[in-house]
Amino acid sequence: MSSINSTKPVGIEVSLAIAEAVKLAEVEVVAAYPITPQTHIVEHLSDLVANGELNAEYVPVESEHSALSACIGSSAAGARTFTSTSSQGLMLMAEIVFIAPMLRMPIVMAVANRAISGPLNIWNDHSDVMSIRDCGWIQIFAETGQEATDLSIIAFRIAEDKNVMMPLILNLDGFTLSHFIEPIIFPEADKVKKFLPPYETSHKLDLNNPLSFGLLGGPEVYTEARRDTDLALLNSRSHVQRIFDEFAGAFGRQYRLVETYKTEGAETIIVTIGSISETAMSAVDEMRAVGEKVGLIHIRLWRPFPVVEFRAAVAGAKNLAVVDRHISMGFPEGPVGTEVRALMYHEKERPRISNYVLGLGGRDVTRNHFKYIVEQVKSLGADKRQGGYEMVGVLE
Amino acid sequence: MKSAEVQFEKITPKTFPKGPDSLASGHRACQGCGEVLALRLLMKALGRDFMAVSATGCMEVCTSPFPQSAWEMPWLHVAFENAAAVAGGVDAGNVILRRKGKLPDKRIPVVAIGGDGATADIGIQALSGALERYHENFIYICLDNEAYMNTGIQRSSQTPFGASTTTSPAGSHSKGQSTWKKNMPAIAVAHNIPYVATGSPAFHLDLMNKIRRAAAIPGPAYLHIYAPCPTGWRMKAELSVESSRLAVNSRIFPLYEVIDGQYILNKKVDQPIPLVEYLKPQGRFRHLMSEDIAKIEERVNHEYEYIVKLSESFVEPLF
Ligand SMILES: Cc1ncc(C[n+]2csc(CCOP(=O)(O)OP(=O)(O)O)c2C)c(N)n1
Ligand code: SF4
Ligand SMILES: [Mg+2]
Repeated sequence: MSSINSTKPVGIEVSLAIAEAVKLAEVEVVAAYPITPQTHIVEHLSDLVANGELNAEYVPVESEHSALSACIGSSAAGARTFTSTSSQGLMLMAEIVFIAPMLRMPIVMAVANRAISGPLNIWNDHSDVMSIRDCGWIQIFAETGQEATDLSIIAFRIAEDKNVMMPLILNLDGFTLSHFIEPIIFPEADKVKKFLPPYETSHKLDLNNPLSFGLLGGPEVYTEARRDTDLALLNSRSHVQRIFDEFAGAFGRQYRLVETYKTEGAETIIVTIGSISETAMSAVDEMRAVGEKVGLIHIRLWRPFPVVEFRAAVAGAKNLAVVDRHISMGFPEGPVGTEVRALMYHEKERPRISNYVLGLGGRDVTRNHFKYIVEQVKSLGADKRQGGYEMVGVLE
Repeated sequence: MKSAEVQFEKITPKTFPKGPDSLASGHRACQGCGEVLALRLLMKALGRDFMAVSATGCMEVCTSPFPQSAWEMPWLHVAFENAAAVAGGVDAGNVILRRKGKLPDKRIPVVAIGGDGATADIGIQALSGALERYHENFIYICLDNEAYMNTGIQRSSQTPFGASTTTSPAGSHSKGQSTWKKNMPAIAVAHNIPYVATGSPAFHLDLMNKIRRAAAIPGPAYLHIYAPCPTGWRMKAELSVESSRLAVNSRIFPLYEVIDGQYILNKKVDQPIPLVEYLKPQGRFRHLMSEDIAKIEERVNHEYEYIVKLSESFVEPLF
């Protein structure tokens, strides 16, 4: 693997590509616990350390709770830190997930998205990461293997930026992205060194400048502590785009907070996150070919939510068909649907918003699903405020 | 090198560290708190050249109400059950930064500090993982006040048999805690780490030198420190040190070290004081009858003799 240093695409499993990218980022500590479908990422990293290709400490912790705890420790020591998990692992570490942003530890965590139990299910949906939606991490969804690779490097640059200093979750769909072999262009090591200099900080445990981290926050300061964390997260939005642009300047691949596909003149815009966006694009192509005025929006930056960019991207659409890969139990809509509705509520020209939950626990999402969704939107009644909600493809 | 041969600067009455220690005054611990006393002895032993990680609990809460912190060395608190994992991560960070030349080429002790609940109950998994992973500069300190004091005196697996707590209350159908104290030092020893010891604030030189030895020996160390809590034990504040002494002299809390697997009894107690003298000043044992005390005393003697036997058997170090 050490020979990977070329501008030509290499066929490689996306999980391994992520590990190679983390190596290019010269990560210093990896603490992780294995769980399907994250395993190939951390196995490959431990290989790279074992082979001396990556000068890092690999801490084989006894649980995900300890994985993130150790990551907070190593990040607080001033080391560039990476972890990765999925599903039950994310649930187990959830307590600590919410603490890392307040401590402002720029840890990068790849989450290979997988359904949460029960029943036990190892396949893909977004119920793991949606359950910790409000945790305060920057949250990005990768759509392709190339993106996942590039973003694994960009992630450290964003998280460690002096104006940001926040932990970052890089989501990638379990199996449907993590286990696919894709042609990937690896950023050149020397260019990566320039783009991502070594992590230097004074925000750390230092014998010469002793700081206390994680103090008790009573009622007189708790609100402000939470507000400050939220402000730091909101404030990171413009920096994320700035760093995406810098990456484009150096490597020629441009990423945006919200990606649009054939949205010009679209009456119905499908809204997706994650790797199903690629399937949705093919569906849009096919529908456009038969005259349907359909487009697609893919939300790449989930937190902080790119409010302005999203509103601009959907301007002019009559219908939004928002796709969710998670059920918000006890509420008649998925989380992405609810957020999009809330964001658009005060807009003067408000599209009708429908929400479709599909692809749970690894059930296939095909082009036909998107065609079905568009048909459903078209068959809605005259009332513009009345969108649809459906769990698509439920077997009775 | 055998761990027993590792040299360190011993503290004697003459060389007792002078001046304020590195836990600033003004913390909110109760009068007579044994945990904070043990913590200050730790500070005297190590000075400021270490990094501390606290578990949630009395010592964390009473030393760190924002914007004040009593910790004059780098300090980190994350949650209740993960101090060992966090400290292991800090050590991993220090190790790689040192290897890359970003830190001076010098060992930095990383000291994780937890109460008995944080250590023996909710945090035992993280502790076991950290000990087994053999972090190079890792010291774990259990401050054992024998219950969850921070949340209001609930029982833990370290609460002694017969003690009344808010979740093991004495009553017409209960003698208080119905189980025997879990043997945490033995659990630590089972991880084949180079250094395990018990300590008591009443034996301050012994305690401080154990901390120094723990820092000097490469590899993980576990120290189980007896820490009276006058508030939770319903005992007069001024009896804290006295009860620490009685605990050792009645054999209920023996002082010993385990170096590379070899048990060493630090204070032989041939003529133990009657256990009742230890139990009596503590309101948590008030309900016990003489037959209950006799039963406890029998167990205490048995456990003490067991340590004596272990200390008399020679163990060839594995490494
Ligand atoms: C996951 C979790 N469960 C429960 C608590 C509540 N809690 C905080 S401190 C504590 C007890 C601490 O007891 P111990 O570790 O013995 O320390 P002490 O306060 O006695 O020094 C408990 C139960 C918590 N903070 N986190
Ligand atoms: S309750 Fe006990 S352990 Fe907690 S501060 Fe008071 S005396 Fe110390
Ligand atoms: Mg306690």
